[in-house]
Amino acid sequence: MRRFFLIAVPYLWLLALFLVPFIIVLKISLSDTALAIPPYTPTLDFSAGWQGIKEFLTGLDLENFVWLTEDDLYWKAYLSSLMIALISTALTLLVGYPIAYGMARAPEEWRATLMMLIILPFWTSFLIRVYAWIGILSQEGVLNQFLLWTGLIDQPLIILNTKIAVYIGIVYTYLPFMILPIYAALDRLDESLIEAAEDLGCSRLSAFWLVTIPLSRNGIVAGCFLVFIPALGEFVIPSLLGGSGTLMIGKVLWEEFFSNRDWPVASAVAIVLLAILVIPIVLFQRNQQKQAEAEQ
Amino acid sequence: MNRLSWFNTVSLTLGFAFLYIPMVILVIYSFNESKLVTVWAGFSTKWYGQLLKDQAFLNAAWVTLKVAVLSSTIATVLGTMAAYVMVRSGRFFGRTLFSGMIYAPLVMPEVITGLSLLLLFIGIGLDRGVMTIVLAHTTFSMCYVSVVVSSRLVTFDKSLEEAALDLGCTPAEAFRLVTLPIIAPAVVSGWLLAFTLSLDDLVIASFTSGPSSTTLPIKIFSAVRLGVSPEINALSTVMIGIVTVGVIATSLITKTQKVRQQRDEQEAARTQE
Repeated sequence: MRRFFLIAVPYLWLLALFLVPFIIVLKISLSDTALAIPPYTPTLDFSAGWQGIKEFLTGLDLENFVWLTEDDLYWKAYLSSLMIALISTALTLLVGYPIAYGMARAPEEWRATLMMLIILPFWTSFLIRVYAWIGILSQEGVLNQFLLWTGLIDQPLIILNTKIAVYIGIVYTYLPFMILPIYAALDRLDESLIEAAEDLGCSRLSAFWLVTIPLSRNGIVAGCFLVFIPALGEFVIPSLLGGSGTLMIGKVLWEEFFSNRDWPVASAVAIVLLAILVIPIVLFQRNQQKQAEAEQ
Repeated sequence: MNRLSWFNTVSLTLGFAFLYIPMVILVIYSFNESKLVTVWAGFSTKWYGQLLKDQAFLNAAWVTLKVAVLSSTIATVLGTMAAYVMVRSGRFFGRTLFSGMIYAPLVMPEVITGLSLLLLFIGIGLDRGVMTIVLAHTTFSMCYVSVVVSSRLVTFDKSLEEAALDLGCTPAEAFRLVTLPIIAPAVVSGWLLAFTLSLDDLVIASFTSGPSSTTLPIKIFSAVRLGVSPEINALSTVMIGIVTVGVIATSLITKTQKVRQQRDEQEAARTQE
């Protein structure tokens, strides 16, 4: 009895507030737009009995998904989200790897402090960390003032409201997610392996390529997925730093829902985004499982 | 090899500069006299004064705090239960679905979670307000809590619980007297994680809040959309300050606890000899 209660409470909670809402999204994505509230048809009417359910089912169609393929706004947004997520993941890896490497090579007594310094920004508000860059990147912002002052440029650079600002925002906010798994992998790495490679005639650089990188592969893969997956559906960064010119699907979904009030299309956008995300999520799970098995 | 090479020194310095300079700049400009954020016009704390007088911000902060305390507490209870079920309950009907529902919200884009919950609330005719935000936040943060707690439960020596049961504890007593004290640090960090996730959330709160329940992130977001303002800088500085003090305090406490634990263990080993 107690066991039943223990399982049932969290189970029912998740069914009611995770699975059911998700089925509703799926259902509305197959419905038609209507100008009432809720703005879609058909609505399921149980009081009409079997006839009602049949009518309801015949009212569903794939029209919204067809619409997504016809209007090039949507596939452009998906494509540009994928590109932005890919490029910023690569950039985060380039910035994060040397930091993780430096941490793993730092004296033992520093490491706890360095670790805390990496985690600290993670506890600070995401919104505030993105906001901080507006003041830096804007035309009369701190960066431009500094560059003008040094004489490196004589015209302020336009960075805010471009894709570059979005890349900077994603790298900045997701950097801890990249550093931590790579650091964990490098920390476990047996240093005598590198020494052995060097003794056997490898240069430092080739020992790094041939030994360190392959042995930290799991950390790199985990870090990349941890950045890529949330970056793909990102809303806050493109809407604050990207300006109107940057298309990302999270922003499109938001506007479809709040500005256009087209719920069926917004739901269809969400379903397609999830379908795209399934691939990296499954790959990520597999990587984690392999790692867990390797550790045993 | 306990010295840093020049390459590692440079990469660590640049890396931490990149992480911290934006926040330092943000804090510096919160003390700027001028309304124009980019022009330095002398030191002033007037934006902090203005923040304290801004009723809308204070209300939003109150709503946010209420939501965070409520949702993280419920999420900790539910998440700990879920973790216990996942690690200890063996097989039961629909176990795969259950574990799927625990992991899925962790990777679900916020826009989709928000949209789906809003459609549910509208569907069942629930008025949007503090309650709906609490429900939404509890749902996604209980999954984080359950991941944190179950990672502790996995490494937990089950024979301790069995010993308590053999010595006449009821299962509830065994949980309260043996399991809970051991997993307590994980439960506490789960609560802290849930609390910060709730404080921080903009997207899901925007979907599930009503007109009378604006949270601080929603307020900040709508203010920030109009551009940089020194008042937001002041607010950010306050929030960064609270987090910094909190994180440093927690890490110091865990450090002294570890030292004490080590000393106790050494003492115990000595008395055994």
